[in-house]
Amino acid sequence: MDWEVIRFSFFNLDSIAQVYPLLLKGWWMTIKLCVAVVPLGFALGAMIATVHSFKIRWVNWLLIALVDFFRSIPPLVLLIYTVYGLPLLGFDVPAFGAVLVAFTINSAAYYGEIVRAGIESIPAGQLEAARSTGLGRWQAMMHVVLPQAVRNVAPDLTSNTLELIKATSIASVVALPELLRMGRVAQGLVYNATPLIAVAVIYLLMLWPLVRLLSRLERRVLAAR
Amino acid sequence: MNRQQPIVDAQNIEKSFGDLKVLFGVDLQVAPQELVFIIGPSGSGKSTLLRCCNLLEQPTAGTIHIMGEEITAKGVDINQVRQRIGMVFQSFNLYPHMSALGNVALALRKVKKIPRTEAEALAHEALRRVGLSHKASSFPNELSGGQQQRVAIARAIAMEPEVILFDEPTSALDPELVGSVLEVMRELRASGMTMVVVSHEMRFAAEAADRVLFMDQGLIVEQGTPEQVFNNTQHDRTRSFLSRVSGN
Amino acid sequence: MDAFIDQFFNLDVMIKYLPDVIGGFWITLALALSVIATGLILGLLLACLRAFQWRVINLGIVLFVDLFRALPPLVLLIIGYFGLPYAGLALSGFTISWLCLSFVLAAFAEEIFWAGITSVQKGQWEASRSTGLSFGETLIYVVIPQALRMTIPPLTNRTIAITKNTALASVVAVQEMLTVAQTSLAYAANTSPLTLAAIGYLLVFFPLVILSRWVETRFAWKR
Ligand SMILES: Nc1ncnc2c1ncn2[C@@H]1O[C@H](COP(=O)(O)OP(=O)(O)OP(=O)(O)O)[C@@H](O)[C@H]1O
Ligand SMILES: [Mg+2]
Repeated sequence: MDWEVIRFSFFNLDSIAQVYPLLLKGWWMTIKLCVAVVPLGFALGAMIATVHSFKIRWVNWLLIALVDFFRSIPPLVLLIYTVYGLPLLGFDVPAFGAVLVAFTINSAAYYGEIVRAGIESIPAGQLEAARSTGLGRWQAMMHVVLPQAVRNVAPDLTSNTLELIKATSIASVVALPELLRMGRVAQGLVYNATPLIAVAVIYLLMLWPLVRLLSRLERRVLAAR
Repeated sequence: MNRQQPIVDAQNIEKSFGDLKVLFGVDLQVAPQELVFIIGPSGSGKSTLLRCCNLLEQPTAGTIHIMGEEITAKGVDINQVRQRIGMVFQSFNLYPHMSALGNVALALRKVKKIPRTEAEALAHEALRRVGLSHKASSFPNELSGGQQQRVAIARAIAMEPEVILFDEPTSALDPELVGSVLEVMRELRASGMTMVVVSHEMRFAAEAADRVLFMDQGLIVEQGTPEQVFNNTQHDRTRSFLSRVSGN
Repeated sequence: MDAFIDQFFNLDVMIKYLPDVIGGFWITLALALSVIATGLILGLLLACLRAFQWRVINLGIVLFVDLFRALPPLVLLIIGYFGLPYAGLALSGFTISWLCLSFVLAAFAEEIFWAGITSVQKGQWEASRSTGLSFGETLIYVVIPQALRMTIPPLTNRTIAITKNTALASVVAVQEMLTVAQTSLAYAANTSPLTLAAIGYLLVFFPLVILSRWVETRFAWKR
């Protein structure tokens, strides 16, 4: 292997100097996407889990079918549906909006499952105590059950958030100018792979701390068992 | 208000869980300021009866009036009703993520919509009544069982209910902690609170109850003053239950 | 409503492109199965290796795991397919997809297996070693069987989530189901071929998701 070629193609500082504004722009778009989609997906998921906890038989069947449906469909398929399908139907949604819809739905299915497990880990007495003082079922969920449930499943929630952030890179396929997309554009400009490596490094810088944290959290959960 | 009108008036309450019938038509009237004591063997339906009274369980048949208002009727806002019926649980059920004060103040703020500072003042007052002013900022895991149960009582009385239902409030406590909770209940009674208590504390029943009910197999078998039920027992089932309880 | 049906469930379009999509379906299935097999086996091997607690190897495993947990699979695919050729290494899209996704699954599986292994009580090791079994034998006959049981629920979920990423192979020119569907979508100016692909994914993954629910109740972590 020719190390000079490797250095030139993968670790080319001149190329970085040339394209870093593009990468920064892409990184910013990724951040915006995550900041929008993480709370939305979580909120929708928590809502699904809450409704599920009301134990209305047919509603729960419906919810589980929906959640399983979206767990079976690759996010990219969903994305192509919303991005190309919605306009064909005559909905004039900007790409960012279509991407947001797809990821919110997809991640809500996962967040919902996790929060549901969290809710089920809380003893029934908590809900009963809250209801016995007159709190409504949404209020009791909101103030008494969910705060505890979320704490119990914090590692799973963190892990899902990590997966969601990673998944936003898929938006590059539908030409949303996020980090990976801009990396591809930059690669086309400089004719070497350095921008792609840079993209990987940026992802690592963002997500490695989260991965480490998770390892630790997961170990602690295990130790508690 | 009509002094004779019962606070709680449950008529012919039946309850089934699937195929299992647990209550077979129970009547329960509780007069203002009365302390009604319910005893009976495990599984006789005491908890279920209490839980029906604030609709934590929906009765299968029968009607319940609270202060003359039928709460089993359709379209009743159950959360409004529950403010008027406090409940204290065997396992305390304090919210572990909130301080004692937070536990007491939550329903004041969210159900009665009282502004935070005012709600906390009321919560402090309730904690003072159970002798725990100094623990207001403690979290449940920093409190003894007896203290936790007193916070739970404060949580109930803070809502100024017409009646408080106690489901074995001392059964989960170490013997030396029982006294403090009973003391609080005594004071509540002295202040005129209407109470329904399920418990195995027979000495407390003898001393404090206005009326004792003995339940078995989903029915009220016998009732009367503590004197009548304990010393002048009419039914064999009551007698054998009482001898078993005092036997150990 | 009619427009909707015409756009997403157009039978004529569906019938026309069905054979193509089925062709893609087999490639998707082949890719998915190879990823599952390679990823799980590699993950288990790494976890066993880690049990020996050799410093350098441990460090290597942790780095491998962290890297493949932190990087989005699509970034890996793109570096593999569009980047490696600059180093004179041009692999097919299928090979790249298989390798990348297998590594990702292996990383996650290693973490899960390792968590399972460490959760087996020390007494199990001691009892086994006291009867004369070696470290490796104890691992294989005593510890792994207990660990596997606990790892089944999280592993199933993770395997499904990662294997769904075979759809990403469409980005690196693999003629799998989504690629075919997208091409057809462009030809037909109609979303129905994509619906076919979605149905294809449902056929593969919906039973797995249902299975994972069953497995979750059956093999739940003992608390
Ligand atoms: N949610 C429920 N689902 C099914 N069965 C129930 C439920 N709650 C109570 N039961 C049954 O109803 C019967 C009466 O229970 P209940 O809790 O009212 O008894 P109890 O008199 O309070 O007994 P204990 O002294 O043990 O608390 C029991 O057989 C119990 O198994
Ligand atoms: Mg009971």
